[in-house]
Amino acid sequence: MSDGAKIVVDRASKLFLEGTVVAFRNVELSVRPDEILCIVGPSGCGKTTLLRCIGGLVAPTSGRVLIDGAAVDRPRPGVAIVFQHFGLLPWKTVAANVAFGLKVAGAPRGEISERADHYIKLVGLAGFESHYPYQLSGGMQQRVGLARALATHPEVLLMDEPFASVDAQTREVLQEELLELHERERKTMIFITHSIDEALVLGDRVAVMATHPGRVKEVLTVGFSRPRDPAAVRAETRYAEMRNHIWSELRPAAVV
Amino acid sequence: MSISKTDERIALGAVPAADQELMREQEAARLRAAALQRRAALGRAAIRLASLIIVLGGWEYFGRQTNPVLFTYPTAIANAAVKMIASGELWKYLWQSLIVLFIGLGLAAVFGIALGLIMARFRVVDIALDTYITALYSIPSVALVPVLVLWFGFEATAKTAVVFLFTFFPIVINTYQGVKNVDERLLEVGRAFRCGERDLWIHIVLPAALPFIVAGLRLAIGRGLIGMVLADLYTAITGIGYLISRYASTYRIDAMFVPIVTLGILGITLTGLLRFVERRIAPWAHQAGRE
Repeated sequence: MSDGAKIVVDRASKLFLEGTVVAFRNVELSVRPDEILCIVGPSGCGKTTLLRCIGGLVAPTSGRVLIDGAAVDRPRPGVAIVFQHFGLLPWKTVAANVAFGLKVAGAPRGEISERADHYIKLVGLAGFESHYPYQLSGGMQQRVGLARALATHPEVLLMDEPFASVDAQTREVLQEELLELHERERKTMIFITHSIDEALVLGDRVAVMATHPGRVKEVLTVGFSRPRDPAAVRAETRYAEMRNHIWSELRPAAVV
Repeated sequence: MSISKTDERIALGAVPAADQELMREQEAARLRAAALQRRAALGRAAIRLASLIIVLGGWEYFGRQTNPVLFTYPTAIANAAVKMIASGELWKYLWQSLIVLFIGLGLAAVFGIALGLIMARFRVVDIALDTYITALYSIPSVALVPVLVLWFGFEATAKTAVVFLFTFFPIVINTYQGVKNVDERLLEVGRAFRCGERDLWIHIVLPAALPFIVAGLRLAIGRGLIGMVLADLYTAITGIGYLISRYASTYRIDAMFVPIVTLGILGITLTGLLRFVERRIAPWAHQAGRE
């Protein structure tokens, strides 16, 4: 098995309804420490279910998921998830939402407020601490989701299409900020997206998934240098080549 | 380890101009909406006042022309009210009834919320009890009053039991629904952040169920008032029911209307009080609904 990998998915399959529905089958993946692995794929390829398996929210039907060599059978400490639907608690203020993970973990009160403050500032929401989620735009809500995950000081960040439900400009700003964040606080990230562009701009490697059955078709090494400038990345010829390549990989599924 | 060093550094990015613009716009829109709402509220108050004047005026005019044994008119009721309040009569009997209402409603809230939560949490209890709850909720509560009299006699215990019976089921059912309606996705968020069962309930299930529970209490207040008067009339005749039936039997229609009007005011006050409390403890539910 791949030595030194942070996360290993070992021939994992997830079936639903007595095996009549296949989310994904025989997935092999390994994620190196501090790398960003992006997973792209059409809807229905099981990428979200795969992420939930890695996060310990659902168990694979067969095969294993290992983090630091230990089998994942429930949500582990040191792993945080950012959700596509943000998943903010409507009855908590921004500050209380960001503090949520720490509070549940039983961190001392002073540390909770200190870290919550720090990450609220980091995601640019200083001044909005006592706002409720419904008072924020989608982009701001996802910043809260990100701060909430970061505040627990995770080594692994699992991101499930986190920027899919914000508008295009906000999305690009958030991508840049994520890159900056990665420079500052190295973390192992799995980032699910259905945008090829997003995968290439963010990822060290890109896993391309396919449907029927959901599986990993190919893992590409992106290899643009870090720190990255998205605009510069997009201007590279290799970016266009890889983009076209992934497009052709995904196309058969898109036609169906 | 790298994290502690970042404290002094500036934020990753401020909220982009577009978002700040949005916030400003929202703030302005909120102010405009508030002004509009104030004007609309004034308009509503004017309509209500005009309607009140016309209805009361008409009532006064026609009421004076009917036989006082059969009907009455507003100024007569007001006169009677002043006398009954001054003599302490209204308060004395109202208090007898209110005590019953508060104890019955309070017990129903405590046990109703508890049972609703337990049913929602434990499948076995849910399946075992759900038929009875639905059946008892469907039976008009009045039908069970004679049984309660048989068991509890005619005094305060029986009255409290009647109010309890009237108010218990809507509270159970609403609490249960509130818990069952919790967004699955938020529960998953809770599990992702390693919530234990206790944390899930405190941080997610209970706050999510709160608006449902309050709605149950609001229903219960209405039904509780009915139960209260019913208990006064169908068990030992005391309290506000006694006032009504005594003045009815002596053809003092003006005085009879005083407790009736009082009941209406009581209903409005209690419901308003609950709404105020709800807005205080669950501002998100109130605001989110207005968006």
